[in-house]
Amino acid sequence: MTFLEVVFYVFAAVLIASSLLVVTVRNPVRAALFLVLAFFSAACLWLTLEAEFLAITLVLVYVGAVMVLFLFVIMMLDIDIAQMRAGFANYLPLGSIVALVMAGELILVMLSGEFGATELPRPAGQAVGYSNTEALGRLVYTDYVFAFEVAAVILLVAIIAAISLTLRRRPETRYQAPEKQVRVRKEDRIRIIKMPRRPEEKS
Amino acid sequence: MIPLSHYLIVGALLFAISIVGIFLNRKNLVIILMAIELLLLAANVNFVAFSHYLEDLSGQVFVFFVLTVAAAEAAIGLAILIVLFRTRRSINVQDLDRLKG
Amino acid sequence: MNRELLYLLVPLSCLVAALLAGFLGSRIGRVNAHRSAIGGVGLAFVLSCLIASDVFSGNHFNGSVYTWAVSGGTRFEIGFLIDPLSAVMMVVVTFVSLMVHIYTIGYMADDPGYTRFFSYIALFTFAMLMLVMSNNFLQLFFGWEGVGLVSYLLIGFWNERESAIRANLKAFLVNRVGDFGFILGIGAVLALFGSLDYQTVFDAAPSFADGTFTGPFGSEWHWMTLICLLLFVGAMGKSAQVPLHVWLPDSMEGPTPISALIHAATMVTAGIFLVARMSPLFELSTTALAVVLLIGALTTLLMAFVALVQTDIKRVVAYSTLSQLGYMTVALGASAYSAAIFHLATHAFFKALLFLAAGSVIIAMHHEQDMRRMGGLRKLMPVTYITCVIGSLALAGIPPFAGFFSKDAIIEAVHHSSTPGAGFAYVAVMIGVVLTAFYSFRLVFMAFHGEERMDAKTRSHLHEPPRVVTIPLVALAVPSILAGLILVDPVMDGSLFGNSVVVSAGPEGLGMTAAGMLAHAPYSAPFWLALTGILLAWVCYSWKPGLPASAAERWPRLYRLLMNKYGFDEFYHWVFADGARGLGHFFWEWGDRRLIDGWMVNGIAGAVGRAAGLVRRIQSGLVYHYAFAMIIGLVGLMSWFLFARGN
Repeated sequence: MTFLEVVFYVFAAVLIASSLLVVTVRNPVRAALFLVLAFFSAACLWLTLEAEFLAITLVLVYVGAVMVLFLFVIMMLDIDIAQMRAGFANYLPLGSIVALVMAGELILVMLSGEFGATELPRPAGQAVGYSNTEALGRLVYTDYVFAFEVAAVILLVAIIAAISLTLRRRPETRYQAPEKQVRVRKEDRIRIIKMPRRPEEKS
Repeated sequence: MIPLSHYLIVGALLFAISIVGIFLNRKNLVIILMAIELLLLAANVNFVAFSHYLEDLSGQVFVFFVLTVAAAEAAIGLAILIVLFRTRRSINVQDLDRLKG
Repeated sequence: MNRELLYLLVPLSCLVAALLAGFLGSRIGRVNAHRSAIGGVGLAFVLSCLIASDVFSGNHFNGSVYTWAVSGGTRFEIGFLIDPLSAVMMVVVTFVSLMVHIYTIGYMADDPGYTRFFSYIALFTFAMLMLVMSNNFLQLFFGWEGVGLVSYLLIGFWNERESAIRANLKAFLVNRVGDFGFILGIGAVLALFGSLDYQTVFDAAPSFADGTFTGPFGSEWHWMTLICLLLFVGAMGKSAQVPLHVWLPDSMEGPTPISALIHAATMVTAGIFLVARMSPLFELSTTALAVVLLIGALTTLLMAFVALVQTDIKRVVAYSTLSQLGYMTVALGASAYSAAIFHLATHAFFKALLFLAAGSVIIAMHHEQDMRRMGGLRKLMPVTYITCVIGSLALAGIPPFAGFFSKDAIIEAVHHSSTPGAGFAYVAVMIGVVLTAFYSFRLVFMAFHGEERMDAKTRSHLHEPPRVVTIPLVALAVPSILAGLILVDPVMDGSLFGNSVVVSAGPEGLGMTAAGMLAHAPYSAPFWLALTGILLAWVCYSWKPGLPASAAERWPRLYRLLMNKYGFDEFYHWVFADGARGLGHFFWEWGDRRLIDGWMVNGIAGAVGRAAGLVRRIQSGLVYHYAFAMIIGLVGLMSWFLFARGN
């Protein structure tokens, strides 16, 4: 068993186990942390597939950003875990049957050699000095530049959507109204009145 | 050497597990969102594996876009979750039966 | 003058008169309405006489004047067949119609529906003329239905009376039964011959004489028998033969002029005319002739008995009409078509006379029709009395009145007939002679002789009706006396109708002449039988008035049977009215309410509702249920692709 195989099986096992835990643990915080572990393991699996850029991106984007966002939301919301536990196993038989059937069928397809999945040879490693990032970059900025731009727009839309969904105006918050400020005239604000001089001040 | 099918089986198992997750955690919307992330990860594992074995980088490019979209989806999903919690004080999916005619 | 135009003018003058009186009646006034109607019908009568004299000098006509439609090679035409048969009918129809028109002026004088009445009777004359002048089945049917319609309208003329409405509905429905057979017969003619033209059909008929076809259940049907029987069903309805006779007595609800014109003289004889016209077809089917003979004999006998016990003056005459129609039908069955038409013509005169006389009595009695409250009218209404006696003598068949010749011709024809059932028919007509004489003179004795049984108030107003009423009586009395004497020779030697009726079994003429018949009368059974009937009537109703009542007490069951008219009405009511209602109720209950409403309408709605109720549970509104459905569907699709599609 080569080192690569050891790495693969270990991380594959960790990936499966942690993802199982993600869906079964009660505490959402723990689920999020197991999801982090699952992403890490997946990134390691991708490294064995010489997809270094994506592995790093997965860790950076998911573990660094998305999972933090998840944790943030979980902690921000006041979730009643006890209530969540009720009737947890009600759909376990149905869910597991569906999942088993699906997994069984998928594995059946994988092992049937339908896509050459069993006999496709593993390609030789890349030469020294080959950069996965550079190769991917070339592709993304040439052939897929348009899709890339669209992806950027999608992210922008996501940002705007997330902000506009969660932004709320509280009635007690005070705001400036610049257009009203500009239109103010002095008659609205001050009134000049004539007052008689007080006799005592005559000195 | 590791055959391609092993990677694919890992992806299939991951996919099935996330399905179970959706079935089990029908009360907690956050975990359902996490299960969806796992679902996308399963697909990405397959993409990367095929990309490597077929020596075609396009698969990885696709994963790149999937990650992008998944991130956007997570952001919007969580935003909706927050709005939901704000209005209903709950993220229990069983309470979300307003679609009932 | 162009003949076709002349022929057209006969019915059209009546139609125009009807339209004038009908649509403009309220504008032109009562007097102008009856003037126009009488003018139209009078013109028709004069022209009919001209045409008749033209025809008897040998100018027959057969041709179409107007093609109404051509459909798939079948021509629907308006055409005229003017031969001695139709000429005689035209003269009879227009003459009686004219008399009735004049009589109506007096009879309906103070009726609010005066102009409507004139419109109807003129329209009737038009339809009847179309019927008799037709040269094809379609026009015949048009006229047939036209007279039926006017009959319906006129029976229910006093439509504020419930009994009149019931009577006209009954007449209409019973006639529908007959007409259904009639139109089936026309359909059979069209199917067999491919033409509706008389001449074409008659020319082709002999070649189909033995034609048969296979009916349902593998039975063999003789074409000619089928056609003739179907046509005769129509004739039975219109001419009120047993068992479709039930409408005619009730039709007396209509005004008396109508009873005279439609329900005695003309319309009811349309069936007789039809069979005579179809003689080339009937001659080809012995079965059909036997049926005709049998039905006629039954009608003669049964209806004559019923006439014995009626007390309503109009109903006595109505039942006598039924009986006399039976005589004509018997003559048809015995292949004596000329004799039938001869009796038709003489009967038209004396029966119209009797009806109008009865009507005259009714006017005088202020619409009292019960003979038990009459009596002794002889001195008060001499003209009516004399004409009524003339009519009764003619009806009873006393020489030399018209009825004697025609009835004797029929009896002789039946006597010599070889149609199956002729023996029974002979006995029936012989008994009928006694009965006819008895009931007609029963009427005379009850109404005009004996003590005065009306109340004092009516008695004080009794007088002879105005001249418009008595003139038609006198005018009808003349042919009632003379028509037989004049017509008998040409009828009997076959020269009158010539080839317009066809008789297969040798020449129809029985070799009788007026002089011979008169001379023979004292030695013939019918004459003595008629005298016996008159004598009996005199004994029962004039000499010993208590006799009939004791007879009724002696044979109560027979009396009740006759009073109930053999229970035809009850039977029909029970079987058809109640039966139809029961059937309708059954279909309403089970077919409509349960099957259609219960199962199909509400059932489908309910099923949809229940199904929707089940499906509604699926829509829980819970998003994860929908997600589950999608996932399970995905698994299903995957499985299908994998296993079902794979092999």
